[in-house]
Formats: sequence, structure tokens, C-alpha cells
Amino acid sequence: MLLDDYAQVAGEDAIEHLRQLARPLVGKRFVHVNSTRIGGGVAEILRKLIPLARELGIDAQWEVITGDAEFYECTKAMHNALQGTPLRIADRLLRVYEETNRTNAEQLRDVLAPADMVFIHDPQPAPLAEYIGKRSGHWVWRCHIDASHPHRPVWKYLRRYVAAHDASVFSLASFAQALPHPEYIIPPSIDPLSDKNIALSESSIRETAKRFGIDPARPVVAQVSRFDRFKDPVGVIAAYRLAKDYVPHLQLVLAGGSATDDPEGEVVLAETRAAAGDDADIHVLALAPDAHRTINALQRLADVVIQKSTREGFGLTVTEAMWKGKPVIGGDVGGIRLQVIDHHTGFRVSSPEGTSLRLRYLLHQPRKIQTMGWKAREFVRENFLVTRQLREYLTLCVGMLHGAAERIELG
Amino acid sequence: MPAEKLVPFSVKDCALLTIATGRRAYTLGELRAGIAGAERDSIYFHFWGGLLQPRFEEREFNNDFAAWMRHGLHDSRLAEKLAVIDPREYTSLDLLRSDVVELIDERLDEAEYLHFSRAVQPFEFMRAQIVVFGTDKCVACPEELAVLIPQLPASSIFYHFIDARRRVPEAGDDFSAWLVNFGARGDRIRARLAQIDPYFIPLSVLRQQLAGAFADELENGHVAG
Repeated sequence: MLLDDYAQVAGEDAIEHLRQLARPLVGKRFVHVNSTRIGGGVAEILRKLIPLARELGIDAQWEVITGDAEFYECTKAMHNALQGTPLRIADRLLRVYEETNRTNAEQLRDVLAPADMVFIHDPQPAPLAEYIGKRSGHWVWRCHIDASHPHRPVWKYLRRYVAAHDASVFSLASFAQALPHPEYIIPPSIDPLSDKNIALSESSIRETAKRFGIDPARPVVAQVSRFDRFKDPVGVIAAYRLAKDYVPHLQLVLAGGSATDDPEGEVVLAETRAAAGDDADIHVLALAPDAHRTINALQRLADVVIQKSTREGFGLTVTEAMWKGKPVIGGDVGGIRLQVIDHHTGFRVSSPEGTSLRLRYLLHQPRKIQTMGWKAREFVRENFLVTRQLREYLTLCVGMLHGAAERIELG
Repeated sequence: MPAEKLVPFSVKDCALLTIATGRRAYTLGELRAGIAGAERDSIYFHFWGGLLQPRFEEREFNNDFAAWMRHGLHDSRLAEKLAVIDPREYTSLDLLRSDVVELIDERLDEAEYLHFSRAVQPFEFMRAQIVVFGTDKCVACPEELAVLIPQLPASSIFYHFIDARRRVPEAGDDFSAWLVNFGARGDRIRARLAQIDPYFIPLSVLRQQLAGAFADELENGHVAG
């Protein structure tokens, strides 16, 4: 039983909570709709939420809309615009977006129209709510994007489709936009049983260190993140250099997914390599997108994990590192503020200087690393595992099915 | 001595879901206007909701208004004044709201720069939806409840000891309301529970204190009896 596996890591209480909340939902049909079954954080979380919901007796299913290259060109632009990039989307692409959703609405009508709850993930399938027309259940738009400062013309266009839902869900309150329906706040989560987070043997961690020429006997700090300017890998190298004067044996790992499909990523990767120069203690690793176990091992190998973002959505790489018992030195932005608590689970910083200062502080006090790492793991266990996210989805569903009253008493 | 009534105590649990209201404040004036016009459940959420939100150990400030004054507008003086407000002392959320607004007005009168100070991170007005559900746990006497309390989830403690203040204000909490049925020993435990201050401690510590109160009083009563 999948739920029993999660009880081992999240605790029996958390699973019992889910069972009780799910009781009024047993037999109800829930459908999640997104635009890809493989790759990306949304697909990753749905792969876990769907079987968990089924085990709780909910008739949960997952549908994927399809489109051509122009459709994805349009939705990629929407994604960037919602994150604040000022750009204009050609009318031709918007017509493709609408037509693709109309076609998908026809194909999915028999599944979506009678469903009790429909979750529409991100902008790609947002027009379905309008195009399905007559529907019997509750429709919720789930925004996984940092939409705190959207490019207004694109948001104005999308808003009409989002407003056609009965509620929306954002990851942080600061991401919420003015909408004519309830806006729930549900932070994302990590799956403790996925390849990226599952416990690894010491030998496999040592094997990963050997593969990349990292000496596990010397201090290691790591940032695991896409090669993206907002993640500031060059700033991390600057911080490492400032700290290295005081911690001479320090090694730095900068690891991220392959940048071959992202022209800007390649540029940032090249800048990072140039900044690293010929320092043999800096390991810049461009990994395959599915190198989850390698990422897992590198995070576990590190004494301290850095996430020096200058802009961040939620920052699930921070959550992953904390789950592995690592204190995190993170940029004082976005969801990192919710996770990194100064002197408890790590430190929030705003510059390479601040990062190096905290690195020195921690690397000279191994017991602090241990204590803060333990607290970080427990903080994630309580707040940021997939079981908590499922609990909040179930609470939302119960709420919606009971008329979204302020107080709902079951049984 | 009045006879004890055999009324079972059914343990309930709850889940809280946060809802953004869409209202934000960047200045103290905007915060004041927001508080003055907020729904009562929003005031409640910002004083009590933090107990069930992601948080770490003891909070620096006990309500969200105080925390934002310190970290958003960097005014420690008002932050401290707001932080000592104990919502348990108020018989209604409107009275609580009125005192918060009064403190803000006072501070605006004495510190003119606060009319112009602007926070980088706004205060987000929120509210919460609470879903309450039954569990299969039921006890018949204080001794059974004493055994059960250490095993209850934090959300269950929140429902019976914090949320109860909105439902049974005269009793204070569900445990005390039920203990009325158990004569002198019930009264002794109720007196102990009344001394527990749930506002300044995490729910895990509150659970320990509740368990301690039950254990001490039942043991003392047994020895005395």
C-alpha cells in the first residue's frame, strides 16, 4: 500500500488525517488536466497525487491536453510573461492557443463535464473551463507559477479564462491576483519517496563523489539549480572564493540540468565555467534532466547547501536539501523566506559577502550544521511533504463541495 | 458532592486552509484601513491562524500584524505594543480590532515618518476556511482523556483548545466544558487548564502542558483521595 509507505516517513498521524478528510470524497470523480505527462514539476507531483487519491477511495484521473509547436510556443511565452517578462504574444499564436483548447475541450467533454472536481494546472488548459460550457462539478485553476508581477497585457488576456473557474490556488499569498472567486494558498511540496529524495546508501553517495572527483573528506558546499541568472551561480562562486581564504580545503559543486534546450541556460553555463576558471575545487556539472539520483547524492554529499537566488518561486530545491538534513544558505526572496529561518534551518542572505560569512560561520561549527540540518528536516516533514499538499487539496475539495463556507463540520 | 454524569468526549480534528483576500498594505495607513475593514475571520486568522501555519518553533511575534511592523515597516515600538495584545482577553473580535486600530492611530500621531514609510514586502490580508471532522477516538472519563492527549495531533489540540474559544466562549475550551460533568476532580483539572496560556506557545508545547495538567491533577486527586 502506497499510503503505508508514506506513513513511514510522514508519520501515521498524517495518513490518518488524510483518510478522515477523504471520507466524504470517496467515490467522487476528480480530474486533473495539464499539458504534459512527462517532465516538469506539475507532472512530477501529479504522478504521486493521483495514486494516493485513488488509494483513499477517490476516483481520480489525469488528462493531458495536446497541441502543436505553435501552441507550446504561445504557452511558453505566457509562462514567461506571468513571471514578469515584458513580451508581446502575436495574435496568430493566441488564436492557435484558443483553437487548441477548443479541440481539446471537444475531446475531453465527456470526462470533464460530469466530473465532481476539475483541477486545471497552469495557463495551458485554462480556456477549457469556458469552452466546456455546461459542467456539473467545481473547477479550480492551480497556478504553479510565480505570478506576483505578471506582464499586465498577457495577464489581462488570461484573466478572462481564469475567472471562469470557481476558485484558484496559488503557492504563496504574494502570487495571488485580483479574481472574482476564492483564492486558496497551498504551498508546493516534495515527494520523499521519489528518486530525488529517497534515502541513499553511503556507498552510492561515495560513488557519486568519486565519479565527479569530489573529495568527501573535505568540506563541500553545493548549489543544485538550473543555470539561470536568477539563481546567480556566478555570485555563488564569488561567495566561495571569499570563504575559501578562511576554509582552504573548501570545494564547491554547482549542478544543474542540461542546458541544451535553453539558449540562455547555455550562456549562463558558459559564464559560470568562465568564472570558475581553472580552480580544481569548483565542480560545474551540467547533468541530464533525469539525473535525479545523482542530484540526490550531490545534495547529501554537501555539508551546506546554497540557493542564492535573486528571484524565486517557491524554491523546491531548498526543500529537497532541507529534507536531506542540510542547512541552507538561501537568497532572501520568494518561498525561500517561508523555509529558511535564520539560525534555525539556515540563513537568508542578499549578497556574495553575506553568503561567504554564513558559510564560514557554519563550516567552522560542525555541530551547528548537524543541529540546524536536523531542524530543517523536521520542518519539511511537518510542512512540505506531498502528504501535506494532498491534505490541503482534500480540504479544499471538501470546502468546495460544501459551498465554500468559512466553517464546515463533517460527521 | 454532585454525581458525575457519564457523557463521552468525542475527539474531533480539523484542517485549516488559507485564503488570500486580495487586500494588501504597503504603509501603516493602509494597514489601518485594511484592519478596520477586514472580515472578522481575517482578524481571527492573523491572531490565531499562525499556530497551524508552516512555522518554526516559537514565533518571534505572536500575531502577523506585529511581525509585519517589525520586518516590513521596521518599527519595533509598535511591533512590541501589538505583540503583547492577548486575544483571549477580548470578548469579541470587533473589540480586539478596535484596540489594534487604536494602537496604530497612537503611533501615527507620535511618529510622523510612519505616514510615509513604505514596506518592500506588503502585508497580505488572509482568512481561513476550517473543515472539522470526527475521529474514531472517544473517551468516557478524564483518566482516559489523560492517556489520549499526548497522542493527539496538533490540529486536534487546536480545535479543542483554541478554536473552542469561538464556539464555547463561556467554557474557554472543549475539555473544560466536558470536565464540568466530573465533579471535584473535573474542577481541579479545569482550574489547571485555565492557567495555561495557549497564545505564546507552539501547539506541541501546549499538548505537553495539557497532558501534564491532566496527569498531575489526577495523580494528586488519587493520593488525596
